[in-house]
Amino acid sequence: MTIGIISYGAGNVASVQNALDRLGVKSLISDDRKVLEGCDKLIFPGVGHAAHAMENLSRKGLDKLLQDFNRPVLGICLGMQLMGSESEEGPTKGLGLIDFRVKRFEINEKVPQMGWNSIEKIDHPLLGGIESGSHFYFVHGYYAELSKETIASSQYEIPFSVAVASGNYFGVQFHPEKSGDAGAKLLKNFINL
Amino acid sequence: MLTKRIIPCLDIKSGRTVKGVNFQDLQDAGDPVELAALYSAEGADELTLLDITATLEGRETFVQIVKDVARAISIPFTVGGGISNAAQVEALLAAGADKVSINTSAIVNPGLIADLASQFGSQCVVVAVDTRLTEKGWEVVSHAGTRTTGLFAVPWAKECFDRGAGEILLTSFTSDGTRKGFALDITRQVSENIKIPVIASGGAGKPEHFEEVFTFGKADAALAAGIFHYGVISIAEIKAFLNEKGIPVRI
Repeated sequence: MTIGIISYGAGNVASVQNALDRLGVKSLISDDRKVLEGCDKLIFPGVGHAAHAMENLSRKGLDKLLQDFNRPVLGICLGMQLMGSESEEGPTKGLGLIDFRVKRFEINEKVPQMGWNSIEKIDHPLLGGIESGSHFYFVHGYYAELSKETIASSQYEIPFSVAVASGNYFGVQFHPEKSGDAGAKLLKNFINL
Repeated sequence: MLTKRIIPCLDIKSGRTVKGVNFQDLQDAGDPVELAALYSAEGADELTLLDITATLEGRETFVQIVKDVARAISIPFTVGGGISNAAQVEALLAAGADKVSINTSAIVNPGLIADLASQFGSQCVVVAVDTRLTEKGWEVVSHAGTRTTGLFAVPWAKECFDRGAGEILLTSFTSDGTRKGFALDITRQVSENIKIPVIASGGAGKPEHFEEVFTFGKADAALAAGIFHYGVISIAEIKAFLNEKGIPVRI
């Protein structure tokens, strides 16, 4: 199996590859739609500005790739947020893969949220073997609202969605590649889906 | 709930971790990749790697260490030391670092903060503010504490925040290396004046010091070096203590 890591100028793709290497899984980093289409699964990372990222994706035809891909796709951080219908960051339309909206934190706590937060989850194969109360590493100033696709949530003054799933699309707000053993477990679950 | 972070710092010179008081009398403290993996396994929430080498060969060695650390650990880490331009930041991020810390170069050229933030995102731009208590107040110092800058910690930290810094690493040279506790007053003042996380540094000696810097000091994270390298106290002991005191930590 080969996992394609989508590179579109937003985010530390090498960290994701390092994490997959530690799990002994073959992966490649690419921005080429044809190369990525040949992969068994895709990881869609992202850090940065939502509207800029959407522009980069569409310039390379990667928005279509993601919309047409019928095997498992995991969005991470901004990648997850872009899977939604729209984001206040820009604002911009999302890829519309999962039905949720992304809003800016308007709270008293420091923004972006940076650090390890605990999650509350429901049973789902992506979260198998991970307990509610486990900590994951977050860095984000925008958040996905709770929706019927939410499979895990966290609290940062307000509750928000930290893991979503719909069909072959999965997304996590935190960085599994930087979340120690819990993060490695989640990536392993994704590989085994 | 978002937890308070414990961050071991590795000072790296010519490929080895070293530790001295205020960068004097450096002693060897081990292989950085081994130490990084050890701290990660012990429950460190992040790491900071500081390059204190001045030579070009040392710099190249450092980039290789960053690559090796990125492969070895699965927690975030920040790198700093002598960073003054976007090309260096790009190379260090490409090597696997999650954030970079800038210090003197931000004082010399404050526009660098916004440049790096717009190019790489605020989340990876940490500004290190070194400060020392003098008769004038908490003055910002540079060049490992040897020079004054005419700046003061609170307004300078605010300026860094306004220019797009993602975090402030506040080191008190008054308390660094003393193991008598963090500089609580200035940490609290800086934290209350900016809307980004503050990492307190300098003076950690026992678990109570972490408790007070997270409560009274309002720090979001605390950084220490010597106490961890020399096994004075472990990260696990500190976290167990904090957990008992009701302070949220990742265990």
